[in-house]
Amino acid sequence: MKITPEQVDYVAVLGRLHLTQEEKAKYLSQLDDILKYMDTLAEVDTENVPPMASPVELFNPLRDDVVKPSLPIEAALSNAPSIEGTSFKVPKIID
Amino acid sequence: MSDLFSKSAHELMSLLRQGKTSSVEITQSVLDRIKEVEPDVRAFVSLDEEAALESARRADSLLASGASSPLTGIPIAIKDNMCFKGRRTTCGSKILENFKPPYNATVVEKLEREGMVILGSANMDEFAMGSSTETSHWGPTRNPWGLDLTPGGSSGGSAASVAACETTVSLGSDTGGSIRLPASYCGVSGMKPTYGSVSRFGLVAYASSLDQIGPFARDVNDIALLLNLICGHDPMDSTSAPVNHPDFTAFLNTSVGGMTIGAPSQFLEKIENRDVENVLADAKRVFEDLGVKFIELSLPHLDYGIAAYYVIAPCEASSNLARYDGVKYGFRAPDVEGMIDMYCKSRAAGFGQEVKRRIMLGTYALSSGYYDAYYLKAAKIRTLITEDFKKAFESCDAILCPTAPAPAFRIGEKIDDPMQMYLTDVFTIPVNMAGLPGISIPGGLSSEGLPIGIQLIASHFKESKLIQLSSAFQNCAKRHLARPSLKVN
Repeated sequence: MKITPEQVDYVAVLGRLHLTQEEKAKYLSQLDDILKYMDTLAEVDTENVPPMASPVELFNPLRDDVVKPSLPIEAALSNAPSIEGTSFKVPKIID
Repeated sequence: MSDLFSKSAHELMSLLRQGKTSSVEITQSVLDRIKEVEPDVRAFVSLDEEAALESARRADSLLASGASSPLTGIPIAIKDNMCFKGRRTTCGSKILENFKPPYNATVVEKLEREGMVILGSANMDEFAMGSSTETSHWGPTRNPWGLDLTPGGSSGGSAASVAACETTVSLGSDTGGSIRLPASYCGVSGMKPTYGSVSRFGLVAYASSLDQIGPFARDVNDIALLLNLICGHDPMDSTSAPVNHPDFTAFLNTSVGGMTIGAPSQFLEKIENRDVENVLADAKRVFEDLGVKFIELSLPHLDYGIAAYYVIAPCEASSNLARYDGVKYGFRAPDVEGMIDMYCKSRAAGFGQEVKRRIMLGTYALSSGYYDAYYLKAAKIRTLITEDFKKAFESCDAILCPTAPAPAFRIGEKIDDPMQMYLTDVFTIPVNMAGLPGISIPGGLSSEGLPIGIQLIASHFKESKLIQLSSAFQNCAKRHLARPSLKVN
């Protein structure tokens, strides 16, 4: 499949990445190369083959409903770029 | 003793128990070695000498009191993507350059409980995305066998530090070959255990259905000792397997006569490098002399491994890395207009080129209209690859193949050609796709004197067979004893 400059712009928005014009041009040609290689996947007959999400058999690991100590608020906030009181501080979301 | 830094963990363990040395003496010897060679190798992101010596003093009192565990007092390096409480854990990225985890990864907790001496964090490709350790925010690590060569990646610092004797052993992580490839390039042993054998709690996530932590060492005996410590069920990781792991050291120095190794034609056809071909043929002869029977195998879907992997891994990465938003931890860009702008600018400035490339690739493949053609298709091919392996292991104990298509390449050689970089992992990726255990051990040297690893793969939770075969090979061929020059090649 061929990727277009508009798709690169759109995917950068979805991925929340502010890309420069140079980066967009570079990714356009590199993603094109990579996707061309991915197209070999279409050769494989996967009719009636179930998709695999994990290499191990997944099950619901249940545990007893017992309260255990959790991370103290100060520790949880210790790496935040900006805090106020016991909260993470972010730019205004709603005007 | 002046050469403590170059000894293996099992040798040091016996010296410690005979009272012939102390953990402080061992740790000091390793720290002196680091001072000597680290300016050339650059294997570490963070080192804390004082903390290491403090751990060594604690280990010595444990040893004196008789309350020690097997690996008490042995130095170890961890990959920079394992949460180390209160200590900088950057994942090789600017976005986490000041991140100090408020908790320990389960593996780190286990090392500390054992009384091991954690020297510091080893360099890696940013977010483990790379095959050369060149994408690290902290600059490339160099290969001790030729300082102009890459150590492989992504666990390049973990492999190079062991090869250069800057640590006794180390831990790395392997998503598509990130332990086995650098082990091969640096002439050391490295194992990726079965998916679920080692807890991923506290391992910074790259591709969660593929990531697995494993050990590096200068011989297989030390690999077995480390597996004993790190394998095991962890309720904090819901994909951790509730299985009973054996004592892996019981499989060292045992007979392999009568065992069967499979040689898949699809792997053998891919070998283009004469040195790699020779090393593999030589390994086959060694195993045959030990009484191992070889059979031919076919893994028909192997050729699609890389294409399927470079859909699945970036898809999982684009989802996992959505958490780096500049809110709870990590880099936040200054001068932003609103939330979305903050996300976009923080991620743009915090992530490097390869990480952004994979986020773009994964986001594209998961976006509306492309999911079926890419992610779903790749997930189905993953089933076929896994079934191929399951069928193969009905007729053999292990599979033998090269770890890498060629010896280490030069720094800068592939960095601008992502597709060429991705193809380096052709022999290792299928193993992660199927969640199997795989080990790379030194197989011999190229005509230019560079190490070439051989890879053994076993079925799920049969790490013991890998230990058994690798130990027999090592004892007979002694290829693991070659040491690097630490010069420009």
